[in-house]
Amino acid sequence: MSRAATLEASPLRDGMSHQLDYENQYVSFRLGTQWLGVPVNVVQEVLNPQSIRRVPRAPSEVAGLLNLRGQIVTAVDLRQRLGLPEYNDERGSMNVVVRHGQESFSLLVDDVGDVINVSGQKLEPVPNSLDAQWKAVTKGVFRLEKRLFVILNVPAVLKFG
Amino acid sequence: MDDEILQEFLAESWENLGRLDSEIVALEKSPENAELLASVFRTIHTIKGTCGFIGLTRLGAVAHAAENILGQMRDGTLAVTPAAISIVLEAVDVIKALLQGLEATGKEPEGDHSKLIAKLDLLATVADGPKVLPAAAPDPAPQEAVTEVKLVVASTPVAAPLPAAIPATPQAAVPPAPAPAAPIAAPVPAASKAAAPPVERRLEADEHEAEGDARKSVADLSIRVNVEVLDSLMNLVGELVLTRNQLLQLARGDDESKYAAPITHLNRVTTDLQEGVMKTRMQPIGNAWSKLPRLVRDLMQVTGKSLDLEMTGAETELDRTVLDAIKDPLTHMVRNSADHGIESPEVRRSKGKSETGKIRLHAYHEGGHVIIRIEDDGAGINVQKVKRKAIEKGLLTEADADRMSQAELLALIFRPGFSTAEQISSVSGRGVGMDVVKTAIERIGGTVELMSTEGHGTTVRIKIPLTLAIISALVVESGGESFAIPQLGVVELVRLSAEDRNTRIERIHNQEVFRLRNRLLPLVHLHRQLKLSCSRSDDASEDVNIVVVQVGEDQMGLIVSEVFDTEEIVVKPVGTLLKDIGIYQGTTILGDGRVIMILDVAGIATECGGKAVNSALRDRAAAEDANSDAGSLTSLLLFDAGNESTMAVPLSLVARLEEVPRSNIERSGDRLVVQYRGDLLPLLPVDGAYGRPELDPQPVIVFSEGQQSMGLMVDQIQDILEERLVIRMQSRRTGVLGTAIVNGKATDIVDTNHYVMQANPDWFTSTEQPSQRRILVVDDSLFFRQLVTTALESEGCRVTTAESAVAAVERIEKGERFDLIVTDLMMPMMDGFEFAEWLRSRPESQSIPLVALTSLGQANHEARALQAGCDRFLQKFNAQLLTTTIDDLCYRAQSRHGVSA
Repeated sequence: MSRAATLEASPLRDGMSHQLDYENQYVSFRLGTQWLGVPVNVVQEVLNPQSIRRVPRAPSEVAGLLNLRGQIVTAVDLRQRLGLPEYNDERGSMNVVVRHGQESFSLLVDDVGDVINVSGQKLEPVPNSLDAQWKAVTKGVFRLEKRLFVILNVPAVLKFG
Repeated sequence: MDDEILQEFLAESWENLGRLDSEIVALEKSPENAELLASVFRTIHTIKGTCGFIGLTRLGAVAHAAENILGQMRDGTLAVTPAAISIVLEAVDVIKALLQGLEATGKEPEGDHSKLIAKLDLLATVADGPKVLPAAAPDPAPQEAVTEVKLVVASTPVAAPLPAAIPATPQAAVPPAPAPAAPIAAPVPAASKAAAPPVERRLEADEHEAEGDARKSVADLSIRVNVEVLDSLMNLVGELVLTRNQLLQLARGDDESKYAAPITHLNRVTTDLQEGVMKTRMQPIGNAWSKLPRLVRDLMQVTGKSLDLEMTGAETELDRTVLDAIKDPLTHMVRNSADHGIESPEVRRSKGKSETGKIRLHAYHEGGHVIIRIEDDGAGINVQKVKRKAIEKGLLTEADADRMSQAELLALIFRPGFSTAEQISSVSGRGVGMDVVKTAIERIGGTVELMSTEGHGTTVRIKIPLTLAIISALVVESGGESFAIPQLGVVELVRLSAEDRNTRIERIHNQEVFRLRNRLLPLVHLHRQLKLSCSRSDDASEDVNIVVVQVGEDQMGLIVSEVFDTEEIVVKPVGTLLKDIGIYQGTTILGDGRVIMILDVAGIATECGGKAVNSALRDRAAAEDANSDAGSLTSLLLFDAGNESTMAVPLSLVARLEEVPRSNIERSGDRLVVQYRGDLLPLLPVDGAYGRPELDPQPVIVFSEGQQSMGLMVDQIQDILEERLVIRMQSRRTGVLGTAIVNGKATDIVDTNHYVMQANPDWFTSTEQPSQRRILVVDDSLFFRQLVTTALESEGCRVTTAESAVAAVERIEKGERFDLIVTDLMMPMMDGFEFAEWLRSRPESQSIPLVALTSLGQANHEARALQAGCDRFLQKFNAQLLTTTIDDLCYRAQSRHGVSA
């Protein structure tokens, strides 16, 4: 798959993954030019673009529902959730499926990158002046060699409406 | 220790203990119930026996001490007193705690229970002492042993632990021996116990084996299955159902296919399998109740109230998942009733109630649902307090609150963040409000209704589906999306051709209605409710599909663009991010893999005007009168209310028709008035209509209510018709009583009271207001007496109640005077028909207006009731219809009186 190739070449390869070190590992993904991450242990799986059924009258952040091998997963439009413009790409959004509570949710993102190991790095607070919508859902930021890597607070991301 | 044996022991013990709490509490109430005692004894005995067998000494010691007490109770040497029961319960709690520890760690937890055991033993000695002392020592012992054998054998024919008597005999035989030296009897049994273990254990091990043998026949009939196995089985069946659906879809329309026959067979087997697996998950609702007697007993001790819990229908079965889901809400509601509902004994006494408050739980099947009623005869809910509180909490504005009916105000209790308890008590606590109960019930597709009469109690009615897992649903399309509607709620499907849609679908204001046989069906465009655009159902050249659904007592028509098949669907819960939408009750995956939403028709109905909210109290007349043609005709005045809509009003309420020259209409402040018979007559336009200033003269309908009059400005007086007036739909619009079919058209009936009040805002405070109407309500049902009383008192009537016709006769014979009597028909001793005849036979009471208010069918009984002397026949229970009827009858009686005077 060609997309996998682009991921391979992603600029985030600077964090080396170590197996079994889940504490320090984050799944990275991209929205526009911004790289974001969620802890690897909440991620169930990553999926290619899926057919998503919209749900009438759902909050605008909810893109709809998808059928993941018989399990119903609520897809959250992460761009909408973070106040970013709509993603218009014919390839469609990738799905980062996370577990929260007893449910699975899919975070719709532009692209998925590597699992990044941040051991030895310090999670710094996001700047106070950050947009409130972002501040409410971010845990902090890692300064990687070439990029900033913003860590999302999954429960907060999934709490809205 | 063998893990498997331990697991088996734990499973069995939990099962037994679940029953034990309620049995012990029941025992306290009926101490003489030998069977109950024997059962309690047996449970503890089994636990003790097994403990010895698998070497759980601490647990065994506690169980043993408790068993001693129970044994003595059973033998009649110890009285079943609350104190004794409390100690036994304490022991049961310790046993539970030990079992919990055992389950968690696999080892018997550490802990010192010597105090409790000493307490138990002390109680045992106390009982031994006085009872045994006067008796001839050697005699009672063998006798006791014999009774024990009998008891045990009699109550457990299958697993009869016959050998149980063997350890019991020496044990029972030991204490009497030192009995003469009663004061020092205590250490002796203890010592004998200490010495006994090896023997005892051996004996009990034998017994256990023997029991094992005896139990084989039971084991052949039933096995214990891990719930997880059943759940995964259910999931697999769910998948199978989906696959079956897929196959059916593929094979549809191809009767020639060689797969047709096997698929049909697969279909049938799948259905049977599904039913079979569902059955394995069914459990009696009593399982969810078993903790309640204990809870109530504990509450009695904490609150100092006297409570009586009555449970009926415990055998009603429902799915395990449903059962799990309602356990907590039920407990919460019973706790609420006990803590907030039932008053303290002093308050109850001062109110003339019995000191013991009653809480009733009643479960039964109704259709595909289980109904659970939780009733208490406590203080009820103060609607005004609810209203104040809701305003205080900012849940609604004062103006909104004033417009709300009693039922709507009561429903506020279910709003999040609402708690009516004045004080936060340790029992009910805070945080878990009725909103949590409602959410929990609704999550499983159930509904909660609350009825309450202040001072007399509260009833909560819960309706839940039998099973959640698989339901039959109708798949429809609206706004380009598919949805499932649970088949259970679907009454019928109606298809209107494009030519018919304009003539058959009528409008009342902006509400579309459809005349379905003899009733008016409100219509809802599904896509509009779902906020979806451009549905084909809007296209005038398309046929219209109406799905008629039942919501409580009401029906509603959902307009959809396409109706597909019914499918068996596996219900999956709505995700947390979507659960607030209120119109979905679940999600599902169709045979072709599509995810679709399952619509909650009750939720949609609530959104479309909250009609379903108080359906329990609505009259059934609309549903039933279709098959009844009896009934008197009412003269109706039809008029054009503007906006080309026709309205009607019973002619009897119209005082006069006038035409007022435009020039005579004057403005006084912001009101229009006209000089009329030496007085000023306020004029009002029909609500929502603008009136037409160019009309000259202006047609006016004059209404009078007591001393007050007003004129309603209408566009044109149309006609007077004789029609049987049946309000088929209540209206929520002000100034409209409801909708009836007049001259074959849906027509709004004007609420004259509203206009008179509006024109004379001080009507209620007016000193000239005719004295309050005195009304006698005769009904043998306390519930209905209260209901009717509340309804009438809120209308300003003075209500007297009689719980039987005989009591009513007494009152009337004593010379009490009433302006009107409302009577039930079906009553013991003297029924309503006889009562009516009696009333009419006496000159002084023959002209009192009499309204029959009954749940009897109109078709068969109305004529008889009218013949017996009733003026009107109403069905239970529509408050508004009752009050308008009473208004009408009293008004007539008054004017008749006026003429004759």
